[in-house]
This record gives sequence, structure tokens and C-alpha cells, in this order.
Amino acid sequence: MFFGMLLAMNWGGCVFYETLIEGGKHWSLTIRAGLRLRIIDRDGGANVGMLFYNPQNPLERYNAPDTLKCQHTFKLTQGHCLYSDMGRIFCSIVEDTAGWHDTVCGNANRQCVAARWGEKSYQECRNEWTQNGHDAFLVEGGKYGLGRRDLAANVNWFSKVAIADDGAMQFDGAHARAGAYVDLRFEMDSLVLLHTCPHPMNPVEYYPRHPVLLQLSEAQAVADDDLCRNSRPENLRGFTNTELYRRTGGGAQA
Amino acid sequence: MTGTRASALKAAAARLRQVIPAGDYWIDSIKRGATLRIVDLEGNQAADTLLFNAADVADRYSAVDTIRAQANVYLSCGSKLRSTAGNVLAEIVADTVGRHDTLGGACASESNTVRYALDKRTMHACRDSYLLALAEHDHLGLGKRDLSHNINFFMNVPVTREGGLTFADGLSGPGQYVEMRAAMDIIVLISNCPQLNNPCNAYNPTPLEVLIWDADVS
Repeated sequence: MFFGMLLAMNWGGCVFYETLIEGGKHWSLTIRAGLRLRIIDRDGGANVGMLFYNPQNPLERYNAPDTLKCQHTFKLTQGHCLYSDMGRIFCSIVEDTAGWHDTVCGNANRQCVAARWGEKSYQECRNEWTQNGHDAFLVEGGKYGLGRRDLAANVNWFSKVAIADDGAMQFDGAHARAGAYVDLRFEMDSLVLLHTCPHPMNPVEYYPRHPVLLQLSEAQAVADDDLCRNSRPENLRGFTNTELYRRTGGGAQA
Repeated sequence: MTGTRASALKAAAARLRQVIPAGDYWIDSIKRGATLRIVDLEGNQAADTLLFNAADVADRYSAVDTIRAQANVYLSCGSKLRSTAGNVLAEIVADTVGRHDTLGGACASESNTVRYALDKRTMHACRDSYLLALAEHDHLGLGKRDLSHNINFFMNVPVTREGGLTFADGLSGPGQYVEMRAAMDIIVLISNCPQLNNPCNAYNPTPLEVLIWDADVS
């Protein structure tokens, strides 16, 4: 906890919960509006797949195309907001030392993992089995009544896939550095599904297995001159939509 | 994925030929081996397209699996349109444009409020057309959760090396078309985009036309 408290001095509220998620695993939690989640790539090379849903109406979910086109961006980084398909903001990226996160490459599935790195069964390898992001989301989503039809293009935190002029996609294996972190400030209550399984385009020889630290704290109130709110006129309107939702009864903070 | 290829199919041999006015949807089942052509009748009109495996509708078009498998973000001739399970639903077999978008998604009244202005809330949008299509075809058992990340045929959305997303002038024009051959029995849902706020269609949504050839017709 000392590490967390030290970090907390720089950005307001104390870390009230910290946990480590090993590589190749999955988890889920609901995070209410007003909280801040820091995701830390402890050793470098991590990938964190993430999806967001409105716990009050899970038909409202993270929408990568809306997120990208309304901010005229292909990558995600500090100053960007993550939008639902209903024109509202699940969370804002208030701090980011990685500089580029992918949201168009999806997940590896079981066949992809087996072809790339070979499959290690649970029977044979126990906790060192080669879990995949697709199954991880199905397992976590199933805990909330979500299934195959509810999957969507997810975020892959810490992974960079750059695009050449002809559209060719190139995974940047040198991108994810030890200690890099990204801070999400939640603007509405969110169900968060996450996994630490490998990015589907990672070309390394062995199944990459890198842990991440998660820290939860209270976020500072959104100021009028907030970076994410003001980074584009679109985001001002996204914040207005989200605030209306809260004031008219959406979410637990009504 | 770039390059153009004309089709050898004759319009007179098509089993279906139908105009989709802007703001309308079109939904139909297509058998394995059949060919679907979408014609941009007047130019730079977005055909927002979703595909479903007819035998298992939860196995549906997946933009992320499609672009990752071909390691290229643009669609054109040779692009295999893949499902969430990695199955090939269809393949683009002819294309007179050379590049189509599958990053930008479909417009919605809600996303219009963010992109353009809060008072655009009540304007018609692709996802409204999709929802009406599914409500009017409820025997298919599809709903909002099945409306995922689509293809925008005839739209040009270049990605920059720095990670920007730009909305460039279209590469399409009057009479340009794209054709796909179904690799399995599929359901195709198209919204002919009603967008009035975007210069990509010169603020002027125009009709599309679809043609279908069954597998044994050439």
C-alpha cells in the first residue's frame, strides 16, 4: 500500500484498493461515477483488454467507432473520452504515460493462441495455462447475463498498432514500458470487464504473460477547464449528455 | 487491401434488383455462393452494412477480426469478411472503388449530438434504421445487442501514421460498385445512410441499388 499512497499524493484521493492481476487472467467490477482507476504495466509488455457496459442498462456499451470518430483519433491517450453507443462517456483518460492504446484489434481466441504460441491446457499447466481474451470476456460477461451477442471492439491498454499509408497494421513490440500507467476517471457508473491476455497481434515467441496493478481512488471533481472535457467541442457535448443522464436518474448517483 | 476489379456478372441475370432510398434499410438472406452487388448510384453514399451467419446469428461480422486477419484496416478486393468466431462470411470479389471503411461505425441520433450539435438529437440515423429493421423482422430474433461495428462501403476514412482519423473526400462516384460472394448462408442488413450533417456525402444522401445473383448464374 505504501507504493499506492505515495502515488496518491500527486492526484488527490488516497488509493483505497489495490490489486495485482497476473498475466493471462481476467476480472470484472462495477465502478461508480467519480472514481479513478489507475492501470499500471508493472514489468512492461502488458496488454489489458477492456469492455464497458452501463450496469443499469447493459444494452448501452462501449462503442469504439463512436469513440474514435467523434475525437478524430485512431489511438487512445490522455485527453480522450471513452464513449458509449448512447452518446455518453463511461470514462476519461486523465493521465497516460504510454501515449498510445489500441481499440481496433480485438482479442485472440483459443485457435489464435494455439496457432501462435501453442496451447497449454489447464489439466497440464494449471495457472500457467494459455487463456485467451475472447474466452475471458465470455466468462466475465456471463456473470452479468452477457454473452456472445454482447461482445464489442474492446480497448487494448498499453498496446500500439500503427497504420502505414496503405493501411497495413504493424504491432509495435517496443511500446509497452515497465511502469507505464493510464488513469481513467469514471464519468458514469460502469461495468468493467477486463483481461490481461496477450494482444492478438503480439509476435513474440512465447505466450506473453505480464501482470498489471490496478488502483482505485476518488477522483477530483471535473473542473471547468478539465483537459478531457475541453480537448474537443465534441467532448463538451458528451459531458453534457452524461450529466443529463445522471441528473434525470441514470446511475446510482442520481 | 487496395486495387480494383470489375465484375463479369450481367445485371439482366440478377435474381433481384432493388433500389434502397436514402434513409431506408434493406435486409435479406443470401445463400452460400450467391453474389451481392451494392451500387453507389449517385456517388459517395454510405452503405452501412452488417452480416450475420444465418445458422447462428451470434456469429456475425466482426470488423476487428476482419482487419486483423488481413493486417490492413481498409477493405477491398480479396478482403474476407470474417465473423466473431473467425469464420469467413463473405469475400469481396469485385470492387470499382478500391477502398472501403470499417472503422467509423454507423451514425446514431445519440452520436450525432456529440459529433455535430445537441439539437441534432431527433434527426434520422443509421442505427434507427437498423432498429426498425430488426423490429419489423423479429422472427430473426435479433435486437440492439446484435448491432455491432459495421462496414461503410464507399466511405474513405484514412488513418494517419500519427494515429489520427481523417474523413477524406470519397473515392467513389456515380455507378461505382462493390460485390461480395457469400461463403456461407448469411443475413445482410444495410442502412442507406440518412446523414445530413457530414460533408462526406455533400450533405445529400442518395439512393443505393442492390443486385443478387444466385450461385449457378453468371
